[in-house]
Amino acid sequence: MKDFLKLIIGNGLNEFPYIADFLDSYGLVLRDDDYEKSFFSYFNSLDEDILEDKGINIEILKEQFLQFMIAMESSVEADSDVEYITILGGYNKFGEKEDIELCIKKGEVVSIVGPTGSGKSRLLADIEWIAQGDTPTRRHILVNGKLPDKKRRFSIDHKLVAQLSQNMNFVMDLTVEEFIKMHAESRLVESVEEKVSIIINEANKLAGEKFLPDTPITSLSGGQSRALMIADTAILSKSPIVLIDEIENAGIDRKKALELLIKEEKIVLMATHDPILALMGDRRIVIKNGGIHKVIDVTEKEKSNLDYLQELDNKLLELRNKIRQGETLESI
Amino acid sequence: MKFITISGPPSSGKTSVILKVIESFKQKGYKSGVVKFDCLVTDDDKLYEAKGIPVKKGLSGGLCPDHFFVSNVEACVEWGIDLNLDILISESAGLCNRCSPHIKGITAVCVIDNLSGVNTPKKIGPMLKFADIVVITKGDIVSQAEREVFASRVKIVNPKATIINVNGITGQGAFELATLLEDTEGIDTLKGKQLRFSMPAALCSYCLGETRIGESYQMGNVRKMDFGGDKG
Repeated sequence: MKDFLKLIIGNGLNEFPYIADFLDSYGLVLRDDDYEKSFFSYFNSLDEDILEDKGINIEILKEQFLQFMIAMESSVEADSDVEYITILGGYNKFGEKEDIELCIKKGEVVSIVGPTGSGKSRLLADIEWIAQGDTPTRRHILVNGKLPDKKRRFSIDHKLVAQLSQNMNFVMDLTVEEFIKMHAESRLVESVEEKVSIIINEANKLAGEKFLPDTPITSLSGGQSRALMIADTAILSKSPIVLIDEIENAGIDRKKALELLIKEEKIVLMATHDPILALMGDRRIVIKNGGIHKVIDVTEKEKSNLDYLQELDNKLLELRNKIRQGETLESI
Repeated sequence: MKFITISGPPSSGKTSVILKVIESFKQKGYKSGVVKFDCLVTDDDKLYEAKGIPVKKGLSGGLCPDHFFVSNVEACVEWGIDLNLDILISESAGLCNRCSPHIKGITAVCVIDNLSGVNTPKKIGPMLKFADIVVITKGDIVSQAEREVFASRVKIVNPKATIINVNGITGQGAFELATLLEDTEGIDTLKGKQLRFSMPAALCSYCLGETRIGESYQMGNVRKMDFGGDKG
């Protein structure tokens, strides 16, 4: 292992800019002459009393620093690509065996359907946790046909599932640009500025009403927020699986949204009962009594109805716009 | 008996998480109990009682809650052992950010919520920085991006910890947390164990009931703010 404590602070900060976050999180402010010191001698030069106030001491600080560097290095490491996941059946609420071995590939869209409380969330949780027969359903999840590395379970950088929930709010007081930039920096991606502008651009293609980079995120409409988060998740999130909890019809082009996720090679799982979304997918997993009841392949015949459904949908959208423009609906 | 300390800022969702975790423990066949530490008032003990979970409540009142915790925790463990519990959880609110309730060799959990803001992780001291497991709650009401930024900020201040998202309402993640906590080693007593870090100090005239303001009333462990050279 590299001895990071021997690093000269100035060089360290150049090579690993995230060290600044570490120092900041302990309230450590560097003076000009500190930059030429090694981390080892800098930490040793700190006042124990001041550190104790912050709830730390020199030895622990050194240890935390080393742990931090190791953790950050491993999060920069390239992920082994997830090509497909396999769900091996377990048991439903009544102890009946799920007779299933379901393989879902990159770029595939699968809907999960079933009444509330039927076990949709458990299935998604099993996938997120990479269940190994150790959850109530006793399902097994394989990645690329194999038992995945256990560290995936606990590592926030190797999370399998990114979740886009329905009732999603922003709590930060930032503009769209600042917000996406902050996310990009936390993901340690390269060319942050470029990524940020791509995301805002893509989000605007999905959103019914356009927004600007300097729009505060808290003033985005529901549709704009969802558009921004879908573009952000498609482009920034490292998680290979995107779980969407219903995409509301209002203010977002759902077809383009799915296309973007597919283009970015995500595995898309949607908990939805919307006929259009369900037909845009390749398959539907039907959940009943806590178990996978069956898997329906979306047939050509079903798909052929998509145009008709979309026509209906566009009609409604048109009427919605009329209302928005202050027109009447006397002739529709 | 396995003993676990769970702490976190007020209203971060500790009780909800513990209730869900205990449900999972029950499924796994464990008998669990809770000691709830708080400052002035708590009704959370009733929530545990309603679920038939043995619970003891300790209110620190006018004392530093941290000091109250450490002076009573040993007796709590004895209580749990007397009741033949398999797992005892202590729940305490970190009422100041310098709180340091974790014990060496005892599984330490910190609960912190997504709504508290991205700068919160760095403001919290030993309670978060020296926890073995950090549970992040309220993920369902913020965006995926905020969840990821928040988790990465937690990782900066506690790179060793296992970070896990738990939804205290739906229980998503609680089963997984219970599985993690199951690995805790059993203990017979806390006697001789050590805190992971010293607690915030307090020993001044105000600790002893002084109410008057002014230099001449201040004795003991007193510290002054630095206003630079421009004062007087």
